Amino acid sequence: MSRLGNYFIFLGTLFRNREKFGVYLKLILDECTSIGVGSIFIVALVNTFIGAVTCVQTAYNLTNPFVPKNIIALIVRDSSILELAPTLSCIVLAGKVGSNIASELGTMRITEQVDALEVMGINSSSYLILPKVIASVLMFPLLVIMAGFLAILGGYIAGTLAGVITPEEYVSGLRFEYKPFGVAFALIKTVVFAFLVSTISAYQGYRVRGGALEVGAASTAAVTNSCIAIVAADFVLTQMLLT
Amino acid sequence: MITIKNISKAFDDRQILVGIEGKFQPGETSLIIGGSGTGKSVLLKCMIGLVKPDSGEVMYDGRNFLTSSLNDQKAIRREMGVLFQGSALFDSKSVLDNVRFPLDMLTDQPENEKMDRAIECLKRVGLEKARDSMPSEISGGMKKRVGIARAIVLNPKYLFCDEPNSGLDPLTSAKIDELIAEITEEFQITTVVITHDMNSMMEIGEKIMFLYKGKKLWEGDSASLTHSSVDELNEFINANKLIREMEK
Ligand SMILES: Nc1ncnc2c1ncn2[C@@H]1O[C@H](COP(=O)(O)OP(=O)(O)O)[C@@H](O)[C@H]1O
Ligand SMILES: [Mg+2]
Repeated sequence: MSRLGNYFIFLGTLFRNREKFGVYLKLILDECTSIGVGSIFIVALVNTFIGAVTCVQTAYNLTNPFVPKNIIALIVRDSSILELAPTLSCIVLAGKVGSNIASELGTMRITEQVDALEVMGINSSSYLILPKVIASVLMFPLLVIMAGFLAILGGYIAGTLAGVITPEEYVSGLRFEYKPFGVAFALIKTVVFAFLVSTISAYQGYRVRGGALEVGAASTAAVTNSCIAIVAADFVLTQMLLT
Repeated sequence: MITIKNISKAFDDRQILVGIEGKFQPGETSLIIGGSGTGKSVLLKCMIGLVKPDSGEVMYDGRNFLTSSLNDQKAIRREMGVLFQGSALFDSKSVLDNVRFPLDMLTDQPENEKMDRAIECLKRVGLEKARDSMPSEISGGMKKRVGIARAIVLNPKYLFCDEPNSGLDPLTSAKIDELIAEITEEFQITTVVITHDMNSMMEIGEKIMFLYKGKKLWEGDSASLTHSSVDELNEFINANKLIREMEK
Protein backbone atom coordinates (compact mmCIF):
# COMPACT_ATOMS: atom_id res chain seq x y z
CA MET A 1 0.00 0.00 0.00
CA SER A 2 2.76 2.47 0.85
CA ARG A 3 4.29 1.50 -2.51
CA LEU A 4 1.12 2.70 -4.19
CA GLY A 5 1.29 5.94 -2.22
CA ASN A 6 4.91 6.45 -3.24
CA TYR A 7 3.94 5.81 -6.85
CA PHE A 8 1.38 8.62 -6.71
CA ILE A 9 3.84 10.99 -5.02
CA PHE A 10 6.28 10.08 -7.78
CA LEU A 11 3.67 10.94 -10.42
CA GLY A 12 3.31 14.36 -8.81
CA THR A 13 7.04 15.08 -9.15
CA LEU A 14 6.85 14.56 -12.91
CA PHE A 15 4.78 17.66 -13.40
CA ARG A 16 6.26 19.99 -10.80
CA ASN A 17 9.05 22.47 -11.55
CA ARG A 18 9.52 21.50 -15.20
CA GLU A 19 12.02 22.83 -17.69
CA LYS A 20 11.10 24.99 -20.67
CA PHE A 21 8.90 23.30 -23.26
CA GLY A 22 11.52 23.54 -26.00
CA VAL A 23 13.79 21.30 -23.99
CA TYR A 24 11.21 18.53 -24.03
CA LEU A 25 10.35 18.67 -27.71
CA LYS A 26 13.55 17.09 -28.94
CA LEU A 27 13.56 14.55 -26.12
CA ILE A 28 9.99 13.52 -26.95
CA LEU A 29 10.86 13.06 -30.63
CA ASP A 30 13.87 10.92 -29.72
CA GLU A 31 11.77 8.78 -27.41
CA CYS A 32 9.04 8.42 -30.04
CA THR A 33 11.60 6.99 -32.42
CA SER A 34 13.05 4.57 -29.94
CA ILE A 35 9.70 3.47 -28.49
CA GLY A 36 7.66 3.56 -31.70
CA VAL A 37 9.97 2.51 -34.49
CA GLY A 38 11.88 0.16 -32.22
CA SER A 39 8.73 -1.80 -31.39
CA ILE A 40 7.08 -2.08 -34.82
CA PHE A 41 8.58 -5.44 -35.68
CA ILE A 42 7.70 -7.38 -32.55
CA VAL A 43 4.17 -5.92 -32.31
CA ALA A 44 3.53 -6.65 -35.99
CA LEU A 45 4.83 -10.18 -35.75
CA VAL A 46 2.87 -11.12 -32.64
CA ASN A 47 -0.40 -9.64 -33.89
CA THR A 48 -0.26 -11.12 -37.39
CA PHE A 49 0.17 -14.58 -35.96
CA ILE A 50 -2.42 -14.11 -33.23
CA GLY A 51 -4.92 -13.02 -35.90
CA ALA A 52 -4.05 -16.05 -37.99
CA VAL A 53 -4.38 -18.44 -35.07
CA THR A 54 -7.68 -16.90 -33.95
CA CYS A 55 -9.13 -17.39 -37.42
CA VAL A 56 -8.07 -20.99 -37.88
CA GLN A 57 -9.00 -21.94 -34.33
CA THR A 58 -12.45 -20.35 -34.57
CA ALA A 59 -13.06 -22.21 -37.82
CA TYR A 60 -12.01 -25.46 -36.17
CA ASN A 61 -14.46 -24.91 -33.32
CA LEU A 62 -17.40 -23.92 -35.57
CA THR A 63 -18.56 -27.28 -36.83
CA ASN A 64 -22.28 -26.52 -37.02
CA PRO A 65 -23.16 -26.24 -40.77
CA PHE A 66 -26.03 -23.85 -40.01
CA VAL A 67 -23.70 -21.15 -38.69
CA PRO A 68 -22.55 -19.02 -41.63
CA LYS A 69 -18.82 -18.99 -42.29
CA ASN A 70 -18.54 -15.22 -42.20
CA ILE A 71 -19.07 -15.39 -38.43
CA ILE A 72 -15.43 -16.48 -38.28
CA ALA A 73 -14.28 -13.15 -39.69
CA LEU A 74 -16.57 -11.29 -37.33
CA ILE A 75 -15.06 -13.11 -34.36
CA VAL A 76 -11.53 -12.39 -35.56
CA ARG A 77 -12.46 -8.73 -36.06
CA ASP A 78 -14.06 -8.22 -32.67
CA SER A 79 -11.54 -10.13 -30.62
CA SER A 80 -8.68 -8.38 -32.39
CA ILE A 81 -10.01 -4.87 -32.05
CA LEU A 82 -11.50 -5.16 -28.61
CA GLU A 83 -8.96 -7.27 -26.82
CA LEU A 84 -6.07 -8.84 -28.67
CA ALA A 85 -4.60 -5.83 -30.45
CA PRO A 86 -4.71 -3.38 -27.53
CA THR A 87 -4.14 -5.66 -24.55
CA LEU A 88 -1.74 -8.16 -26.03
CA SER A 89 0.28 -5.48 -27.81
CA CYS A 90 0.60 -3.52 -24.59
CA ILE A 91 1.74 -6.63 -22.74
CA VAL A 92 4.37 -7.13 -25.43
CA LEU A 93 5.30 -3.46 -25.10
CA ALA A 94 5.51 -3.78 -21.31
CA GLY A 95 8.15 -6.43 -21.92
CA LYS A 96 10.05 -4.37 -24.44
CA VAL A 97 9.55 -0.71 -23.61
CA GLY A 98 8.91 -1.15 -19.88
CA SER A 99 12.05 -3.14 -19.17
CA ASN A 100 14.03 -0.72 -21.30
CA ILE A 101 12.76 2.34 -19.40
CA ALA A 102 13.42 0.71 -16.02
CA SER A 103 16.93 -0.43 -16.83
CA GLU A 104 17.91 2.85 -18.44
CA LEU A 105 16.71 4.91 -15.48
CA GLY A 106 18.10 2.41 -12.98
CA THR A 107 21.51 2.58 -14.60
CA MET A 108 21.41 6.36 -14.62
CA ARG A 109 20.51 6.28 -10.95
CA ILE A 110 23.30 3.98 -9.80
CA THR A 111 25.94 5.74 -11.91
CA GLU A 112 24.94 9.09 -10.35
CA GLN A 113 23.73 10.55 -13.65
CA VAL A 114 20.45 11.38 -11.91
CA ASP A 115 22.39 13.14 -9.14
CA ALA A 116 24.36 15.05 -11.76
CA LEU A 117 21.09 16.44 -13.14
CA GLU A 118 19.75 17.28 -9.69
CA VAL A 119 22.93 19.14 -8.77
CA MET A 120 22.45 21.38 -11.79
CA GLY A 121 19.01 22.24 -10.42
CA ILE A 122 17.19 20.22 -13.08
CA ASN A 123 14.13 18.25 -11.97
CA SER A 124 15.51 14.88 -13.01
CA SER A 125 12.22 13.04 -12.81
CA SER A 126 10.41 15.32 -15.20
CA TYR A 127 13.43 15.77 -17.46
CA LEU A 128 14.05 12.05 -17.83
CA ILE A 129 10.60 10.56 -17.46
CA LEU A 130 8.02 12.98 -18.85
CA PRO A 131 9.29 12.60 -22.45
CA LYS A 132 9.04 8.82 -22.12
CA VAL A 133 5.49 8.99 -20.80
CA ILE A 134 4.37 11.41 -23.50
CA ALA A 135 6.08 9.41 -26.24
CA SER A 136 4.45 6.20 -24.97
CA VAL A 137 0.99 7.77 -24.86
CA LEU A 138 1.52 8.97 -28.46
CA MET A 139 3.14 5.88 -29.92
CA PHE A 140 1.29 2.99 -28.26
CA PRO A 141 -2.03 3.89 -29.99
CA LEU A 142 -0.33 4.04 -33.39
CA LEU A 143 1.22 0.66 -32.80
CA VAL A 144 -2.13 -0.73 -31.69
CA ILE A 145 -3.90 0.56 -34.82
CA MET A 146 -1.27 -1.22 -36.89
CA ALA A 147 -1.65 -4.28 -34.69
CA GLY A 148 -5.42 -4.42 -35.29
CA PHE A 149 -5.01 -4.21 -39.05
CA LEU A 150 -2.36 -6.88 -39.10
CA ALA A 151 -4.32 -9.23 -36.87
CA ILE A 152 -7.30 -9.04 -39.22
CA LEU A 153 -5.00 -9.40 -42.21
CA GLY A 154 -3.28 -12.36 -40.57
CA GLY A 155 -6.68 -13.98 -40.09
CA TYR A 156 -7.53 -13.38 -43.74
CA ILE A 157 -4.32 -14.88 -45.03
CA ALA A 158 -4.39 -17.91 -42.73
CA GLY A 159 -8.13 -18.50 -43.24
CA THR A 160 -8.01 -18.38 -47.01
CA LEU A 161 -4.77 -20.33 -47.30
CA ALA A 162 -6.08 -23.05 -45.00
CA GLY A 163 -9.32 -23.07 -46.99
CA VAL A 164 -11.58 -22.60 -43.97
CA ILE A 165 -13.18 -19.43 -45.37
CA THR A 166 -13.40 -17.76 -48.77
CA PRO A 167 -12.19 -14.16 -49.29
CA GLU A 168 -15.80 -13.04 -49.95
CA GLU A 169 -17.08 -14.61 -46.75
CA TYR A 170 -14.23 -13.06 -44.78
CA VAL A 171 -14.87 -9.56 -46.10
CA SER A 172 -18.61 -9.79 -45.57
CA GLY A 173 -17.97 -11.02 -42.04
CA LEU A 174 -15.75 -8.05 -41.35
CA ARG A 175 -18.52 -5.70 -42.43
CA PHE A 176 -21.29 -7.45 -40.52
CA GLU A 177 -22.70 -5.39 -37.64
CA TYR A 178 -19.61 -3.27 -37.39
CA LYS A 179 -19.64 -0.89 -34.37
CA PRO A 180 -17.13 1.98 -34.71
CA PHE A 181 -17.06 2.44 -30.94
CA GLY A 182 -14.92 -0.69 -30.76
CA VAL A 183 -11.96 1.19 -32.21
CA ALA A 184 -12.46 4.14 -29.87
CA PHE A 185 -12.66 1.72 -26.97
CA ALA A 186 -9.42 0.05 -28.03
CA LEU A 187 -7.65 3.40 -28.26
CA ILE A 188 -8.93 4.58 -24.87
CA LYS A 189 -7.63 1.35 -23.35
CA THR A 190 -4.31 1.75 -25.10
CA VAL A 191 -3.75 5.29 -23.82
CA VAL A 192 -4.43 4.11 -20.28
CA PHE A 193 -2.09 1.12 -20.70
CA ALA A 194 0.62 3.34 -22.19
CA PHE A 195 0.45 5.65 -19.20
CA LEU A 196 0.55 2.71 -16.78
CA VAL A 197 3.44 0.90 -18.47
CA SER A 198 5.62 3.99 -18.82
CA THR A 199 5.02 5.42 -15.35
CA ILE A 200 5.24 2.10 -13.51
CA SER A 201 8.47 1.18 -15.30
CA ALA A 202 9.92 4.63 -14.74
CA TYR A 203 8.99 4.45 -11.07
CA GLN A 204 10.74 1.09 -10.72
CA GLY A 205 13.87 2.32 -12.47
CA TYR A 206 14.03 5.71 -10.81
CA ARG A 207 13.92 4.33 -7.27
CA VAL A 208 16.77 1.82 -7.72
CA ARG A 209 19.45 1.86 -5.04
CA GLY A 210 22.53 -0.30 -5.18
CA GLY A 211 24.09 -1.90 -8.22
CA ALA A 212 23.62 -3.87 -11.40
CA LEU A 213 21.70 -6.61 -9.59
CA GLU A 214 19.10 -4.12 -8.39
CA VAL A 215 18.75 -2.70 -11.89
CA GLY A 216 17.92 -6.18 -13.16
CA ALA A 217 15.39 -6.68 -10.38
CA ALA A 218 13.78 -3.32 -11.15
CA SER A 219 13.51 -4.24 -14.80
CA THR A 220 11.75 -7.50 -13.93
CA ALA A 221 9.46 -5.73 -11.47
CA ALA A 222 8.64 -3.15 -14.13
CA VAL A 223 7.40 -5.84 -16.51
CA THR A 224 5.43 -7.89 -13.97
CA ASN A 225 3.82 -4.85 -12.34
CA SER A 226 2.97 -3.35 -15.72
CA CYS A 227 1.30 -6.59 -16.82
CA ILE A 228 -0.73 -6.78 -13.62
CA ALA A 229 -1.78 -3.16 -14.03
CA ILE A 230 -2.74 -3.78 -17.66
CA VAL A 231 -5.04 -6.72 -16.96
CA ALA A 232 -6.58 -4.98 -13.95
CA ALA A 233 -7.21 -1.80 -15.93
CA ASP A 234 -8.50 -3.88 -18.84
CA PHE A 235 -11.12 -5.46 -16.61
CA VAL A 236 -12.18 -2.16 -15.06
CA LEU A 237 -12.38 -0.33 -18.41
CA THR A 238 -14.33 -3.13 -20.04
CA GLN A 239 -16.82 -3.04 -17.17
CA MET A 240 -17.12 0.72 -17.39
CA LEU A 241 -17.27 1.24 -21.14
CA LEU A 242 -18.85 -1.90 -22.62
CA THR A 243 -21.71 -2.63 -20.22
CA MET B 1 33.68 30.58 1.32
CA ILE B 2 31.59 27.62 2.36
CA THR B 3 30.74 27.15 6.01
CA ILE B 4 29.08 24.03 7.37
CA LYS B 5 27.66 23.96 10.87
CA ASN B 6 26.64 21.00 12.97
CA ILE B 7 25.73 18.67 10.08
CA SER B 8 24.15 15.41 11.31
CA LYS B 9 22.52 12.70 9.29
CA ALA B 10 21.05 9.28 10.07
CA PHE B 11 19.69 6.73 7.60
CA ASP B 12 16.94 4.71 9.27
CA ASP B 13 18.51 4.03 12.67
CA ARG B 14 22.13 4.31 11.58
CA GLN B 15 23.82 7.55 12.52
CA ILE B 16 26.12 8.38 9.58
CA LEU B 17 27.27 11.94 10.39
CA VAL B 18 27.52 13.60 13.79
CA GLY B 19 27.80 17.37 14.19
CA ILE B 20 30.32 18.13 11.44
CA GLU B 21 31.68 21.68 11.36
CA GLY B 22 33.99 23.18 8.77
CA LYS B 23 35.10 26.13 6.66
CA PHE B 24 36.32 25.99 3.08
CA GLN B 25 38.19 28.95 1.59
CA PRO B 26 38.28 30.22 -2.00
CA GLY B 27 41.43 29.47 -4.00
CA GLU B 28 42.15 26.53 -1.71
CA THR B 29 41.78 22.80 -2.19
CA SER B 30 40.32 21.37 1.01
CA LEU B 31 40.38 17.61 1.47
CA ILE B 32 38.01 15.34 3.31
CA ILE B 33 39.74 12.09 4.14
CA GLY B 34 38.78 8.91 5.96
CA GLY B 35 38.19 5.19 5.45
CA SER B 36 35.44 3.72 3.28
CA GLY B 37 31.94 4.01 4.67
CA THR B 38 32.75 6.78 7.14
CA GLY B 39 30.26 9.12 5.52
CA LYS B 40 32.46 11.27 3.30
CA SER B 41 30.16 11.02 0.29
CA VAL B 42 27.11 11.58 2.46
CA LEU B 43 28.70 14.75 3.86
CA LEU B 44 29.41 15.98 0.34
CA LYS B 45 25.85 15.17 -0.72
CA CYS B 46 24.53 17.12 2.25
CA MET B 47 26.59 20.10 1.15
CA ILE B 48 25.37 20.04 -2.44
CA GLY B 49 21.77 19.37 -1.51
CA LEU B 50 21.37 15.80 -2.74
CA VAL B 51 20.81 14.55 0.80
CA LYS B 52 18.91 16.56 3.35
CA PRO B 53 20.77 16.56 6.68
CA ASP B 54 18.73 16.00 9.85
CA SER B 55 20.26 19.10 11.35
CA GLY B 56 22.81 21.74 10.48
CA GLU B 57 23.47 24.58 8.09
CA VAL B 58 25.37 24.93 4.84
CA MET B 59 26.33 28.55 4.05
CA TYR B 60 27.60 29.60 0.62
CA ASP B 61 29.19 33.03 1.10
CA GLY B 62 26.62 33.86 3.72
CA ARG B 63 23.65 32.36 1.86
CA ASN B 64 21.91 29.58 3.73
CA PHE B 65 21.53 26.89 1.08
CA LEU B 66 19.13 24.52 2.83
CA THR B 67 16.56 27.10 3.85
CA SER B 68 16.59 29.25 0.69
CA SER B 69 13.72 29.29 -1.76
CA LEU B 70 13.78 27.01 -4.78
CA ASN B 71 14.92 29.84 -7.04
CA ASP B 72 17.71 30.94 -4.70
CA GLN B 73 18.83 27.33 -4.46
CA LYS B 74 18.93 27.14 -8.24
CA ALA B 75 21.05 30.28 -8.31
CA ILE B 76 23.53 28.76 -5.85
CA ARG B 77 23.53 25.49 -7.77
CA ARG B 78 24.56 27.33 -10.90
CA GLU B 79 27.72 28.35 -9.08
CA MET B 80 28.57 24.74 -8.19
CA GLY B 81 30.46 22.17 -10.20
CA VAL B 82 30.49 18.57 -9.11
CA LEU B 83 32.72 15.72 -10.20
CA PHE B 84 31.11 12.46 -9.14
CA GLN B 85 32.91 9.34 -8.00
CA GLY B 86 32.08 7.46 -11.20
CA SER B 87 32.25 10.62 -13.35
CA ALA B 88 28.47 10.35 -14.00
CA LEU B 89 28.74 11.30 -17.66
CA PHE B 90 25.50 10.93 -19.61
CA ASP B 91 25.89 7.66 -21.54
CA SER B 92 23.70 8.79 -24.41
CA LYS B 93 25.65 11.98 -25.13
CA SER B 94 29.04 12.50 -26.74
CA VAL B 95 31.93 14.00 -24.77
CA LEU B 96 31.28 17.43 -26.25
CA ASP B 97 27.54 17.26 -25.59
CA ASN B 98 28.22 16.24 -22.00
CA VAL B 99 30.35 19.33 -21.49
CA ARG B 100 27.82 21.52 -23.31
CA PHE B 101 24.90 20.17 -21.36
CA PRO B 102 24.93 22.69 -18.47
CA LEU B 103 25.19 25.53 -21.00
CA ASP B 104 22.26 24.17 -23.00
CA MET B 105 20.08 23.67 -19.96
CA LEU B 106 20.95 26.63 -17.80
CA THR B 107 21.96 29.51 -20.07
CA ASP B 108 20.50 31.38 -23.03
CA GLN B 109 23.83 31.92 -24.74
CA PRO B 110 23.93 31.78 -28.54
CA GLU B 111 24.99 28.54 -30.16
CA ASN B 112 28.52 29.60 -31.16
CA GLU B 113 29.35 30.95 -27.70
CA LYS B 114 28.25 27.71 -26.10
CA MET B 115 30.34 25.73 -28.55
CA ASP B 116 33.40 27.91 -27.95
CA ARG B 117 33.07 27.64 -24.20
CA ALA B 118 32.63 23.86 -24.27
CA ILE B 119 35.66 23.42 -26.50
CA GLU B 120 37.69 25.80 -24.34
CA CYS B 121 36.93 23.64 -21.29
CA LEU B 122 37.75 20.44 -23.15
CA LYS B 123 41.08 22.01 -24.14
CA ARG B 124 41.70 22.98 -20.53
CA VAL B 125 41.53 19.30 -19.54
CA GLY B 126 43.45 18.25 -22.65
CA LEU B 127 40.68 16.36 -24.39
CA GLU B 128 39.69 18.42 -27.42
CA LYS B 129 40.54 15.46 -29.65
CA ALA B 130 38.05 13.17 -27.92
CA ARG B 131 35.12 15.57 -28.38
CA ASP B 132 33.09 13.22 -30.56
CA SER B 133 33.72 10.03 -28.58
CA MET B 134 31.01 8.47 -26.47
CA PRO B 135 31.66 8.00 -22.73
CA SER B 136 31.76 4.22 -23.18
CA GLU B 137 34.68 4.56 -25.58
CA ILE B 138 37.09 6.46 -23.34
CA SER B 139 39.22 5.42 -20.36
CA GLY B 140 38.43 6.05 -16.69
CA GLY B 141 40.98 8.86 -16.45
CA MET B 142 39.55 10.56 -19.52
CA LYS B 143 36.04 10.26 -18.09
CA LYS B 144 37.20 12.05 -14.96
CA ARG B 145 38.66 14.81 -17.08
CA VAL B 146 35.45 15.17 -19.08
CA GLY B 147 33.64 15.26 -15.72
CA ILE B 148 35.93 18.11 -14.63
CA ALA B 149 35.34 19.96 -17.90
CA ARG B 150 31.58 19.63 -17.42
CA ALA B 151 31.90 20.78 -13.80
CA ILE B 152 33.80 23.96 -14.69
CA VAL B 153 31.93 24.90 -17.86
CA LEU B 154 29.69 27.41 -16.04
CA ASN B 155 32.67 29.02 -14.24
CA PRO B 156 31.74 27.70 -10.81
CA LYS B 157 32.66 29.39 -7.58
CA TYR B 158 32.52 26.07 -5.77
CA LEU B 159 33.92 22.76 -7.00
CA PHE B 160 33.24 19.40 -5.37
CA CYS B 161 35.08 16.21 -6.29
CA ASP B 162 34.22 12.81 -4.86
CA GLU B 163 37.30 10.59 -5.01
CA PRO B 164 38.61 12.06 -8.26
CA ASN B 165 41.42 9.50 -8.38
CA SER B 166 39.69 6.30 -7.32
CA GLY B 167 40.31 3.54 -9.81
CA LEU B 168 43.13 5.37 -11.60
CA ASP B 169 46.79 4.46 -11.88
CA PRO B 170 49.16 6.64 -9.78
CA LEU B 171 50.36 8.71 -12.73
CA THR B 172 46.90 9.54 -14.10
CA SER B 173 45.74 10.11 -10.58
CA ALA B 174 48.50 12.63 -9.92
CA LYS B 175 47.62 14.43 -13.15
CA ILE B 176 43.98 14.72 -12.14
CA ASP B 177 45.01 16.10 -8.74
CA GLU B 178 47.26 18.61 -10.41
CA LEU B 179 44.50 19.68 -12.77
CA ILE B 180 42.08 20.24 -9.91
CA ALA B 181 44.65 22.21 -7.90
CA GLU B 182 45.57 24.37 -10.91
CA ILE B 183 41.97 25.16 -11.79
CA THR B 184 41.24 25.99 -8.17
CA GLU B 185 44.03 28.48 -8.00
CA GLU B 186 43.54 29.89 -11.49
CA PHE B 187 39.86 30.73 -10.98
CA GLN B 188 39.93 31.18 -7.19
CA ILE B 189 37.39 28.38 -6.73
CA THR B 190 36.42 27.00 -3.35
CA THR B 191 37.27 23.35 -3.89
CA VAL B 192 36.35 20.39 -1.71
CA VAL B 193 37.90 17.04 -2.59
CA ILE B 194 37.19 13.67 -1.02
CA THR B 195 40.09 11.29 -1.17
CA HIS B 196 41.88 8.50 0.59
CA ASP B 197 44.90 8.71 -1.62
CA MET B 198 48.03 9.47 0.39
CA ASN B 199 49.76 11.12 -2.55
CA SER B 200 46.91 13.58 -3.03
CA MET B 201 46.98 14.42 0.66
CA MET B 202 50.62 15.33 0.53
CA GLU B 203 50.46 17.07 -2.86
CA ILE B 204 47.29 19.14 -2.98
CA GLY B 205 45.96 19.13 0.58
CA GLU B 206 46.09 22.72 1.71
CA LYS B 207 43.54 21.97 4.38
CA ILE B 208 42.55 18.49 5.46
CA MET B 209 39.59 17.23 7.46
CA PHE B 210 39.71 13.66 8.81
CA LEU B 211 36.41 11.84 9.27
CA TYR B 212 36.10 8.70 11.34
CA LYS B 213 32.77 6.91 11.80
CA GLY B 214 30.83 10.05 10.99
CA LYS B 215 32.79 12.37 13.30
CA LYS B 216 35.42 14.95 12.48
CA LEU B 217 38.42 13.84 14.53
CA TRP B 218 41.12 16.08 13.13
CA GLU B 219 41.69 19.14 10.97
CA GLY B 220 44.90 20.74 9.74
CA ASP B 221 47.32 21.06 6.84
CA SER B 222 49.35 18.39 5.08
CA ALA B 223 52.52 19.33 6.95
CA SER B 224 50.99 18.49 10.32
CA LEU B 225 49.12 15.44 9.00
CA THR B 226 51.80 12.96 9.99
CA HIS B 227 52.43 14.23 13.50
CA SER B 228 49.00 14.41 15.02
CA SER B 229 48.12 12.78 18.32
CA VAL B 230 44.92 11.25 16.96
CA ASP B 231 45.32 7.45 17.00
CA GLU B 232 42.67 6.79 14.38
CA LEU B 233 44.33 9.21 11.98
CA ASN B 234 47.78 7.72 12.52
CA GLU B 235 46.38 4.26 11.95
CA PHE B 236 44.73 5.47 8.73
CA ILE B 237 47.96 7.03 7.46
CA ASN B 238 50.11 4.09 8.44
CA ALA B 239 47.82 1.68 6.65
CA ASN B 240 48.36 3.73 3.53
CA LYS B 241 52.13 3.81 4.04
CA LEU B 242 52.19 0.08 4.65
CA ILE B 243 50.53 -0.58 1.33
CA ARG B 244 52.98 1.70 -0.40
CA GLU B 245 55.93 -0.04 1.17
CA MET B 246 54.56 -3.46 0.27
CA GLU B 247 54.27 -2.30 -3.32
CA LYS B 248 57.97 -1.33 -3.44
N1 LIG C 1 20.89 6.85 0.55
C1 LIG C 1 21.36 6.08 1.53
N2 LIG C 1 20.52 5.31 2.26
C2 LIG C 1 20.97 4.55 3.28
N3 LIG C 1 22.27 4.46 3.64
C3 LIG C 1 23.17 5.18 2.96
C4 LIG C 1 22.77 6.02 1.87
N4 LIG C 1 23.88 6.63 1.38
C5 LIG C 1 24.92 6.18 2.11
N5 LIG C 1 24.50 5.31 3.06
C6 LIG C 1 25.35 4.65 4.05
O1 LIG C 1 26.13 5.63 4.69
C7 LIG C 1 27.42 5.12 4.99
C8 LIG C 1 28.47 6.08 4.53
O2 LIG C 1 28.49 6.09 3.12
P1 LIG C 1 29.46 6.99 2.26
O3 LIG C 1 29.32 8.40 2.68
O4 LIG C 1 29.15 6.68 0.84
O5 LIG C 1 30.89 6.45 2.62
P2 LIG C 1 32.29 6.94 2.07
O6 LIG C 1 32.95 7.60 3.24
O7 LIG C 1 33.02 5.72 1.65
O8 LIG C 1 32.04 7.86 0.93
C9 LIG C 1 27.52 3.77 4.31
O9 LIG C 1 27.44 2.77 5.31
C10 LIG C 1 26.34 3.72 3.40
O10 LIG C 1 25.82 2.41 3.34
MG1 LIG D 1 32.27 7.67 -1.17
